[in-house]
Amino acid sequence: METKSIMIAGVGGQGTLLASRLLGKVLTDEGYEVKVSEVHGMSQRGGSVVTYVRYGESVSSPIIEKGEADIILSFEQLEAARQLPYLKKGGKMIINTQTIDPMPVITGTAVYPDGIIDAIKAQGVDVTAVDALSLSLQAGSPKAVNVVLIGVMARFTSFDESVWLNAVKSTVPSKFLEMNEKAFKIGYNSK
Amino acid sequence: MDKKLMLGNEAVARGLYEAGCRVISSYPGTPSTEITEFSASYEEMYCEWAPNEKVAMETACGAAIAGARSFCAMKHVGLNVAADPLFTASYTGINAGMVIVVADDPGMHSSQNEQDSRHYARASKIMMLEPADSSECLNYAKLAYSLSEKFDTPVILRLTTRVAHSRSLCVLSDRVDAGLKEYEKNPAKYVMMPAMAKGRHVVVENRIAAQTEWAETAGINTVEYNDTKIGVITAGNTHNYAKEALGKNASYLKLGCVWPLPVKLIKDFAAKCDKIYVIEELDGFIEAHCKQLGIEVSGKDVFTPLGEYSQALVSKVILGKENEFACADIEIPGRPPVLCAGCPHRSLFYTLKNEKVTVSGDIGCYTLGALQPLGMIDTCICMGASISSLHGRNKANPENAAKSVAVIGDSTFIHSGITGLINVAYNKSNSVVIVLDNSTTGMTGHQENPTTGKTIRGELTTSVNIEQLASAIGIKDVRVVDPYNLTQTREAVKAALAFDGPSLIISRRPCALLKSVKHNPPLKIDTDKCTACKSCMRIGCPAISMKNGKAAIDFTQCVGCGVCTQLCKFSAITEREA
Repeated sequence: METKSIMIAGVGGQGTLLASRLLGKVLTDEGYEVKVSEVHGMSQRGGSVVTYVRYGESVSSPIIEKGEADIILSFEQLEAARQLPYLKKGGKMIINTQTIDPMPVITGTAVYPDGIIDAIKAQGVDVTAVDALSLSLQAGSPKAVNVVLIGVMARFTSFDESVWLNAVKSTVPSKFLEMNEKAFKIGYNSK
Repeated sequence: MDKKLMLGNEAVARGLYEAGCRVISSYPGTPSTEITEFSASYEEMYCEWAPNEKVAMETACGAAIAGARSFCAMKHVGLNVAADPLFTASYTGINAGMVIVVADDPGMHSSQNEQDSRHYARASKIMMLEPADSSECLNYAKLAYSLSEKFDTPVILRLTTRVAHSRSLCVLSDRVDAGLKEYEKNPAKYVMMPAMAKGRHVVVENRIAAQTEWAETAGINTVEYNDTKIGVITAGNTHNYAKEALGKNASYLKLGCVWPLPVKLIKDFAAKCDKIYVIEELDGFIEAHCKQLGIEVSGKDVFTPLGEYSQALVSKVILGKENEFACADIEIPGRPPVLCAGCPHRSLFYTLKNEKVTVSGDIGCYTLGALQPLGMIDTCICMGASISSLHGRNKANPENAAKSVAVIGDSTFIHSGITGLINVAYNKSNSVVIVLDNSTTGMTGHQENPTTGKTIRGELTTSVNIEQLASAIGIKDVRVVDPYNLTQTREAVKAALAFDGPSLIISRRPCALLKSVKHNPPLKIDTDKCTACKSCMRIGCPAISMKNGKAAIDFTQCVGCGVCTQLCKFSAITEREA
């Protein structure tokens, strides 16, 4: 098979790293060769962050370049627009409708754009938009946005729900397991 | 076979474990930190955070000479700090194996420069290996120990951010018991003073010649012949980019050992290919070696010395091909990193801004105080430079002293701020030094340090008392403040600036991200009371923004620190009802 590329985009602190670990676990369990590239350090402090996940029979590069991602899972609207160039033609975007103002918007030197999702759709992109923050609150915490979004993405893959739930179990701390399992199911069953 | 998806750094730690490493000492630094953190999860290895990289490397040297396989890890700039022991450890050699990881950061994800540490291998005449993925991280770490003992030398393992922080599959093995070798007194080998060092320099030159011979046929220097119109010489992760971009349309010489470099192997490969490209991030290190051998290669004439490479870059430069991609037809504001909501550094910088001082900065989360709207760092050079450079500034013009301060974090202060502070006291500097004591090493992801009272494994230990230390070195004006308390902090800064002589302020409040820190409920804006004066926005808290003409607080970010409430003249910021 051709190597597949999934990009996870968000704002430092939103839990993109855990989402990529969870995804890596699923793909490893499914028997693929997997490479995951993460961002640690300074960008994790509220900056734009991206994580790359690539899988297939054999994978060379751990990173995803412009026009290469089959799926982009974005934790925030503005970050979806920022990373759109990385999407392959005909690729899919899953976008959390949550907005987080970046500092240039807070200080008034820039404006948070309106109509981001429409602007992305206008490029012919297949978009699934979801209010993951509200769904996460339904699960009992605003911190489960990442697992809700993984649940949403899981719907568009061929892997069994049980494989995903098993990965949730082995990735999240045990004291938050119940909440995260609930978050995954809410995302998985959302429409 | 047990296969596991491992981070590059995690795989290095596994390699150390399997190789029978016994003593590990490091100072945290992105992207190297997790090696030592993962190592600490293996009980069989002694692990510690050292105050700085020089201490860490000397500890590893001592352990290796004493007969234990030893290790230290650092980021690229950390090797500058440890360069002193490095160059002489090359002369003494080891007894049991010693491995050093240096992690370079092309693209500067989390660094102040983009130096290429391969130059250290050549300069110190120490062998350097460069893995391309996690599996090689594990295997090269083990190989490095056998090479270290075979050639009686420390061996450097060079990582780059993408290798250190990428996950790929690894095959695990059991630990071998390398035992403790016997130490024999041998001043001619271990006491480096002129007479002995002259003898050892001969050994070093012979060793590098023997290693070059080894590199000609080493299993980690691999050749893959496909189409020979294009021949690519690479090392580390750039090999993955080249393979992804060029596939079977090129032949490859992948150098697992980047110092010393082979001669005949490179010449033979070059002779079989029509056009040779050396693809390497940062400097033209391998390229210079090829050119010295008289081989015609293309390298930095077509590839940039700046930043990280990718398969897209290789494809563009060599094949002239670029992917199509779409852009949304909107203006996209940037999103630079920020001080977190509830960060104790924010209110300290806010106070300094009101006092209109010049700030000598240092390395850590608080370097982000340079960004708007605070904009309160004037200089940032290297670990510890805040204090010493402020001292220089005030000696250059004594009038600066009343309106300049240095800021330095607790871990950075221990790393290399103490010597600067001693200089301030000893040379009668009228300088104001502020230690931002947030009870952790923040930017690298919360490591313990000598001020926190805990070891890497969380065991209780003594902690440095910064107040008493300042007193012991002769600083009489010492104040401790809680930076969340704006009035107290402002008064302390004013008093220290007015004091004639060296002053130390300890701005003490644990990092808001520490698990041990209990947060207050998030705050909210009473929109009836809010006059949109934007006073609360002057602190640049990422949780506060303007929504529909009034201030608004993002409850997912706010930790209820209460600094903004001190700025609101209309009592519009209140606690959120549960």
